[in-house]
Formats: sequence, structure tokens, C-alpha cells
Amino acid sequence: MAERTVQKTVTEENGAKGASKFDKIVEVRGVTKVFDDVTVVDNMNLSIKRGDFVTLLGPSGCGKTTLLRMIAGFATPTDGRIFLEGKDVTDLPPHKRPINTVFQKYALFPHLNVFKNIAFGLKLKRIPDVKRNRKTGEPLLDPVTGSHIEIMRKYTKAEIEEKVNRVLKLVGLEGYGYRDTTSLSGGQQQRVAIARALVLEPKVLLLDEPLGALDLKMRKEMQFELKKMHDELGITFIYVTHDQEEALTMSDKVVVVSDGVIQQMGTPKKIYDEPANAFVANFIGESNILSGEMLQDYKVRFCGADFDCEDKGFGKNERVDIVVRPEDIGVFKAGSGKGQLTGKVLSVVFKGTYYEMNITAGDYEFTVQNTDSFAVGNEVELRIKPDGIHIMKKMRTVNEIITAVDGENTVDFHGGSFPFDNPDGLEKGDRVKVRVDFDKIELTDDERDGVIGGNIGQSFYKGTYYQVQVYTDDDDDIFVDTTDEWDIDDRVGIVIRPQDLRVEKYIEPEDEAQSVPTDSEQEEAEQNA
Amino acid sequence: MRKRIPSKGIFALPYAVVCVIFVVFPLLLVVVYAFRSPDGGFSFSTIAGVLSNGSNYISLLRTVGIALLATVICLLLAYPVAFILASSPFNKIAILALLFVIPMWMNFMLRMFALQSILAMMGIANTFWAAIIGLVYDFYPFMLLPIYTALVNLDHSYAEAAGDLGAGALTTFCKTTLPLSLPGILSGVTMVFMPCFSAYAVTDVLGNSDTTLIGRKISVLFDLQEWEAGSALSLLLLVLVMLTMLIGTLIQRRSKTRGNGTVQPNGGGRML
Repeated sequence: MAERTVQKTVTEENGAKGASKFDKIVEVRGVTKVFDDVTVVDNMNLSIKRGDFVTLLGPSGCGKTTLLRMIAGFATPTDGRIFLEGKDVTDLPPHKRPINTVFQKYALFPHLNVFKNIAFGLKLKRIPDVKRNRKTGEPLLDPVTGSHIEIMRKYTKAEIEEKVNRVLKLVGLEGYGYRDTTSLSGGQQQRVAIARALVLEPKVLLLDEPLGALDLKMRKEMQFELKKMHDELGITFIYVTHDQEEALTMSDKVVVVSDGVIQQMGTPKKIYDEPANAFVANFIGESNILSGEMLQDYKVRFCGADFDCEDKGFGKNERVDIVVRPEDIGVFKAGSGKGQLTGKVLSVVFKGTYYEMNITAGDYEFTVQNTDSFAVGNEVELRIKPDGIHIMKKMRTVNEIITAVDGENTVDFHGGSFPFDNPDGLEKGDRVKVRVDFDKIELTDDERDGVIGGNIGQSFYKGTYYQVQVYTDDDDDIFVDTTDEWDIDDRVGIVIRPQDLRVEKYIEPEDEAQSVPTDSEQEEAEQNA
Repeated sequence: MRKRIPSKGIFALPYAVVCVIFVVFPLLLVVVYAFRSPDGGFSFSTIAGVLSNGSNYISLLRTVGIALLATVICLLLAYPVAFILASSPFNKIAILALLFVIPMWMNFMLRMFALQSILAMMGIANTFWAAIIGLVYDFYPFMLLPIYTALVNLDHSYAEAAGDLGAGALTTFCKTTLPLSLPGILSGVTMVFMPCFSAYAVTDVLGNSDTTLIGRKISVLFDLQEWEAGSALSLLLLVLVMLTMLIGTLIQRRSKTRGNGTVQPNGGGRML
């Protein structure tokens, strides 16, 4: 009797809140987290729909776990707010948030058995009820108003037992209640951790790389079961992983994170088929990333051939990045006339259900997956259908900086005086805009051969060349397209030929006259984009 | 397969010899003397005499009481400090060295006499509480270190998990941190209680007639050339200490906690 009333109260409460008034259950607004001067999470905005399975995907150290910890309440954002069902919970401690977490290493209490681990939260929880007669369980009425007297009470022993057993059944560990947690296998411990979080019926369940410690077979099994639990319970899951396959198979929505910034979010299919940039394309599955030119809408040129594609809205002859998945490339015998490119097979590896081949065509070495195998050294034709070609805007194609002329025909460029052709007769002290194409910058082995020095930051292989990010000594960065391969942190000299420095007088925009433009070309480039 | 090389055990031989000479042999002597009658034969009369002497029980009880009190005070003072040290970004090594190592540079008795002067200035020398202060002062590091080690090795995710499941700071401490640091507490208690039990030199220098420990009594018996009675009382003490340790081990085994290795510094018990 008592039990039924309690259940009803809980259901009503859930019903009222679940009345789709807050479609966004979790909202992250402009959240930034800085640890020891390092920005781990940089101005993230994210909203999560009720009932969704959302995965934060990214390489280790990208800030995904930090974001999860901020949602759980273990870390406080340096800046920005976090909302739960429209309520600001940024300053709420973890124990006051209706959110539970499955920890990376489970964090099962070693001094408690399975049952007590799961009952831990239930014993602390207080639920609304009405005051009752101790013996009969009949609700007592207020002598003055004649209505029920509302109180908060703890769960009874029987209720806790019932709930724990139910959740143990859900995770497939019936009868394990009195086992020692340390005597369980990794997979079983994982299930206990999930049960411990689920038993509290959280609004949001956070999972921090929960399958990382399991072997491959177990992991596949748990992926399936987690997905099933999500579908059955209707609780919002926020899942953190660095495993792209896990993210693609389980989620309703994938959020790709890198360097503390959200690179792309969308359905797994959209992320896979239409990666927003080279990072996402590279991180999600294997892909061929090439550099090309957009001839007109639905027409692109790369590897010396013209292709039909499904993208439009780029500038005429705009340089773009092109992503082609290995399985989207058809391979045919040379002379069959079915392909757009001709190439030569460099290597073949059998991968169980398909062959993976490296094929050179034009200047590019394609990775191709095909069910037919071709012998090494064979001439082949490659065909890429329009829907296999994904076109992405190049992040930047030109280094641009606002600086000043610092001598006779020399201009200050990241702390060094670079000579330039001066047809306009600019004078010392004039503010100028300097532009240099990525491929017009030369990097030298010996720093002393360059006008200024720098360190190699990142390097992306773009098919025929590397796009290298170089950190200059004034803490700025420039991009260089080069055919040389550089290692991260290599010290290099930077040389630019005078004719490649495009210098023009800079006229400050009227409305921004107050704010002196910094020489951060990143901002400039973004404005231009 | 037959062994071709001598087992590694052979390298333990020198230590075994040292052990026999300095530990086993004296212990055997104690046992032999305890069961020797005044005429040199075997007898239970000395043991019986010790057991039937009521004043022995009184000093034993007093000893246990004083050792327990000092241990409890040590625990109450050490736990918060260990907790703060383990959860703060201070330079812990330096602080621990200051607390643990540097006092050891000075001779133990010298420290006791120095403490006596200080307590005399405060007007509480040679009182019951002066003796307790002396014991706490001397054995505090042995409580602090194992608790600190247990806490610093405790995975922070347990506390986070408790918070995540709805526990506030106090509940988190009582339900996770405290039980998980129990091995540290137990080893700290053992390492303080045992030496306190026999550290009569401290209570002699700092205390009064109320703090005369059983160790003093044994010492007096030996001074009076009563080798048999002294040995019998020593043996009784030894059995008691072993029983206490056994109980401690049993509690530790029952609490089943693991994963937070507690370090027992060498030479934990100094018998004085």
C-alpha cells in the first residue's frame, strides 16, 4: 500500500517535469576552463536533447573529460554557465545535481560489497511522502486543514532491497549482491558501476570512457548492452570516448572535440559523411584528404582531373580540402574506361572482408578498400562517385597580419624585418596589411638562415604536401605549405622572398578605430571567411 | 629438475645468525629465567608469584590506560594533519621531513629533558599530563606517517563517487574516506600503542608516581638482582603485546580494505 503511493508520487513528479517543457536537458553556454594558464575547454556551447545518447569524442587531452566533469559538478568552469532543465547549476555541488556518473575506473567502494555499493546512494536519498500511521501505513491527516502532511523520508529497507535487486537484474548480475566487488571481473565491475548510477534514476547519466579497461570482446558486448539500456530507460546519456567506432555505433549525436573546441556535432552519419574539417575527417575513420580547387558549383578539380560533386556555394576557383573515404573509391582494370584517374597499385593487404590497397594516382597516394584485389604493380583506374567526394572549406589559405613598415622597404613580420618590393612607396611607420600565401614561405633547417625563427607546431598531411603550423617567437602562429616533413618542435628559420610579401596600406575601419587591431592573423582570417 | 645453483636463501644466513644472537637468544634467556626456581631447577613458582601479586595488575592496567590515552590523543591530533597534508598542494616532503625526520637528529633522552624544562616553565612538569604530553610528542610522527600514506594513496575518485551519489562532504568523509583509511589508522595505532606500553623512560623523566609504568617495575626488579621475577613479568608483558598485535591483525583482516598500501617505517617500535 505504502509502496504504491510512493511510486505514484514519483511518477507524477517525473511526468510534470518531463512534459517537454525543457527540450534541452543540458545546456552548456560559453564554458571555458583554464588549468594553470592552459585553456583546456575553450568557450564551448552545447545543448543536449532529453533522452539522447550523446557522445563527446576526441583524442586524449582534448577537454572532453573536463567538460563532463564540469557537467557532473567535480570541476567549476572558469567562465560560462551550465544549465540543467533550464536551471543554472554551475555552482551546485555534485551531490545536489540529479546527475550520476559512471567513472573511468569504476570507483567502486572496495570496503562495501556489490549490494552496499549500489545501495549507497539510495540510503542517502530523500523522497517526498505524506506522514503515515506507523503501524497501519494509513496516511495521517492534518487535524487543522484535514489534508495530508507532506514530509521527506528515506527509503525503507525493503524499498532499497527491491530497487537494488531490480537494477542488478537489469545489468545481468542477479544474485551477485553479496559478492565482494574486488572479486568481480572487469566487465562485472563495470556493470555494478552502471547499476550504482542507474538505481538513483538520474535525469542524466554521464559515462567517462567506461569501456576503456575492457578487452575487445567484452567492450563490444557492453556497447550493445549500454545502447539497449539507454533505449529501455529513456535516460539521457552523455558518453565520453576517444574510440571513434564506439561513438559512431552507439550515439544519437556525436560531438567531436579537439584542443578544447567543438569541431563538429551531428548524427554519426553526418559526421562520417560530411566532416566539417580535416581534423574531423582524419579522426573519424580512415580517409584520403586532398587539396583541390572548386571550379564551379558541383564541379571540383583535384589530382589533375575534374570530378562531379554534390557541393556548392564555394567561390570560383576557391582552394578546398577534399575528403574521400577509402571504401568510396572504385578500382577497375586499366583501359576499362570506367575510372577518372589512372594509378598504380603499391601494396595490398587482406583485412578479412576486404582488401586495403595503396594506389598512387597523380601525386597522391590513395588508401582504397575494395572487395576485389589487384596485384602490386598493376595499372588501375580509380572512380570516385559524386557522393563519395566531400568538400570542406580550407581553414585558411593565407597568412595575414596587420603590422607596420619598420625601415626602408622592410616590414615587421612577427618580430623580424622582412624586405619587400615597395611599388607604392610606403614609408617607415605606415600601418600595413601583409599577406603571404602558405606555399610562399620557406622553412630552413638552420634557424640562422631565416629572418626569424620558429617552432613547428602541428603538421597535417594534405596528400601532396604538408600543412605545417609554425609558432613564431612572438607567440603567434603562421601556416606553411611545404613538401618537407618536419617534426613537432623542430626549430626552423623562416624566409620569404620580397616579391611574395603582399603589402598594402592598412586603413583602420571607422567603427573599430578605438580598438587597435592586434597582429593576430587568426582573427583576421576568421573575419574574412 | 634438480637445483644446480644454491637457493637465494643462503644470502639470508648472516641475518639469521644476527637474529639468533640478538633476538632469539635474549628471548630464550627471558623464558628460561622466568621458569627457574631460586635453586636453579624448573618451576612455575616465579610465574605464579608474579600472577598472584595484585600490584602487578594495577601497574599493568595503569600502563595500558596511559598507552591508550596517548594513542588516542596521537590519533586525534594526527588524522586532521594527515588529511590536510594529503589533500593540499603544500610541499609535503618538506613538511613531513620537518615533522618526522628532524626531531630524530636529536638524542631521544635529550629531547625528553628539553621537554621537561619547557613543561617546568609552564609549571606542569612531573604531572600525569606532562607524561602524556611527552608520550604524544615522542610518538606522534609514527601515527602521522601511516595515516598520511593511506590518505595520499587513496584514489580521489572514491570521494567523487560518493559525492556523485548524493553524499555531502561530511557523509563522504564518514562513509568513504574514513573507512578506506582504516588500515593506516590501525598501523598508526599499533606503532604508537606498542612503544608507549614499554616507554617507561619518558614517564619517568616527565611524570610522577601516578605514571609509573610496568616497564619501570621490571627495571627495578633487575636492579635488585631479582632476575627470575623480572623475567617472569617481562614474559607476561610480551604475551600481552603479542595478543594485542594479533587482535590488531584480525581487525585489519576483517576490514578487508586493500589497495591503499600503508607503509610501516622500519624500526617502528623502540623498546625503552
